Amino acid sequence: MDKLLQSEGTELNVQQLIEQKRQRKSFASRFEKVIPVFLFLCACVSILTTVGILFTLVRESIGFFSEVNIVQFYTGTNWSPWTGEFGVAPLIGGTLLITVIATIVAVPIGLMAAIFLSEYASDRVRRTIKPILEVLAGIPTVVYGFFALTFVTPILQSFIPGLGIFNALSAGIVVGIMIVPMVASLSEDAMNSVPNSLREGAYGVGSTRFEVVTKVVLPAALSGIISSIVLAVSRAIGETMIVTIAAGATPNLTFNPTESIQSMTAFIVQAATGDTTYGSTIYYSLYAVGITLFVFTLLMNLLSQYISRKYREEY
Amino acid sequence: MTVKLDERKDMKTTTNIESRTKEDHQKKTAVEESEVFQVSDLNLWYGSDQALYKINMAIPEKRVTAIIGPSGCGKSTYLKALNRMVEMIPIVKTSGTIKYRDKNIYEDKFHVEELRAKVGMVFQKPNPFPKSVYDNVAYGPRVHGIKKKAILDEIVEKSLRDAAIWDELKDRLDENAYGLSGGQQQRVCIARALAVEPDVILMDEPTSALDPISTLKVEELVQELKKKYSIVIVTHNMQQAARISDKTAFFLNGELIEFAETDELFQNPSDKRTEDYITGRFG
Repeated sequence: MDKLLQSEGTELNVQQLIEQKRQRKSFASRFEKVIPVFLFLCACVSILTTVGILFTLVRESIGFFSEVNIVQFYTGTNWSPWTGEFGVAPLIGGTLLITVIATIVAVPIGLMAAIFLSEYASDRVRRTIKPILEVLAGIPTVVYGFFALTFVTPILQSFIPGLGIFNALSAGIVVGIMIVPMVASLSEDAMNSVPNSLREGAYGVGSTRFEVVTKVVLPAALSGIISSIVLAVSRAIGETMIVTIAAGATPNLTFNPTESIQSMTAFIVQAATGDTTYGSTIYYSLYAVGITLFVFTLLMNLLSQYISRKYREEY
Repeated sequence: MTVKLDERKDMKTTTNIESRTKEDHQKKTAVEESEVFQVSDLNLWYGSDQALYKINMAIPEKRVTAIIGPSGCGKSTYLKALNRMVEMIPIVKTSGTIKYRDKNIYEDKFHVEELRAKVGMVFQKPNPFPKSVYDNVAYGPRVHGIKKKAILDEIVEKSLRDAAIWDELKDRLDENAYGLSGGQQQRVCIARALAVEPDVILMDEPTSALDPISTLKVEELVQELKKKYSIVIVTHNMQQAARISDKTAFFLNGELIEFAETDELFQNPSDKRTEDYITGRFG
């Protein structure tokens, strides 16, 4: 009896407890309301940065184009800013040359590595190789630059007599090596997310492993694979250090990969680290080149979205 | 459906199948029943967990064999051992023999692709490829080297007819199979399996993801298909097994408890555990 009373006296009344808490809740509820605002502001930072960069690029470019004719800028084929020649074509050509070489290197290697990892490798092999690939992606590009200049170029010179110290080929190959992990890793993700039931269906009618890969997995993962390639190509377009170090500083409108060239990014480095006077035409040309580069990568991104929408095999 | 099939048989003698049927008919009068699979002493492990214990079972030709049993009893594993799909899981080990038409399928020289072209499979969840209906059905023949459009057209039509979905889909062959309903998808998958004219069709709970009407259609289809094919169907639905199968095997904890004519097994089970299961005492 005693025990019963006691237990009744100390009985938990949850509703009462909640009521007590509620009275202390005004601070908490205000906190609840502030949180989404704070999170929104954080999300805004990246948007504002983009807007800020765009604004600066556009404003300074307008300054540049008031001094140099925009048509001349984009159609001129001679880039020697120190003598007042602003034809951007050689820089664009240099960037494209590097990008093409890098793509030719990276896409087959990256794709095959991805196929191996996703379809052939055992779990253990995959778990070992994938992190290593991703470490490769984390190597500073300046290291790649020296790798190109001091390792790849000498090897290439032994094959191609008369190859200069600075050349587009070496830089392009190394940019390609740099983006291999990106193609491999993202493509592997895309192939890995193809449901196993599709593979089973294909094996079930007697496909070989290679047929499963080429006829079922690759088509199903195509949109992801293309996005990975386009993303990697954007990286190659924007790549700076490797090209600056290994490709030279010779604005040169050429499709010959053994020559020294200068890319858009390499020019920006050269001009920004040199003794360019603030407010000079060369100074403003930095922004004009910058916005051109920006347009290129933007176009690549739009292209990737378009392609992946068009070729999507939804599962 | 039945009428249509018969008509077609008259018009186009699909020689391969026809002759086989005649042969079998003769055999059946001679021998009592021929078998497509002979499984003896099959043990199977996932790593160190044994999933199947000493299975001995012969699967008859041109009949529907149902495999029932509670979840995790090894019935799907057993089914997938028959076309070596268990090997998709690298840690699987087996012992014992499975003979398909008197050839040991676990022998080294045996080509697994050949086996799977003869022993088709329909899965639990409809798994069409994210391609057009046509490409789905034509997938198998193409993999095995048939490239001519005219022949493929014929195969696709025939397979879709046999899967009882031609009339629904004949104007939608170019549509992505993912846009179809679940029941239609499953019948497209059946057509995909039929397109290589297999000998045996393995079905792994083919109706468990379908609504009752689609289930009914697939069940009717199975009845139709057993005229041409030997069918092994895994099901967790005992009524389904009773409705559509000729023979039924009851699996429990990786062992084959009882294998008999369906009527016999359901009306007069010889093992206490079978009786408990089919009367709903467990599982």
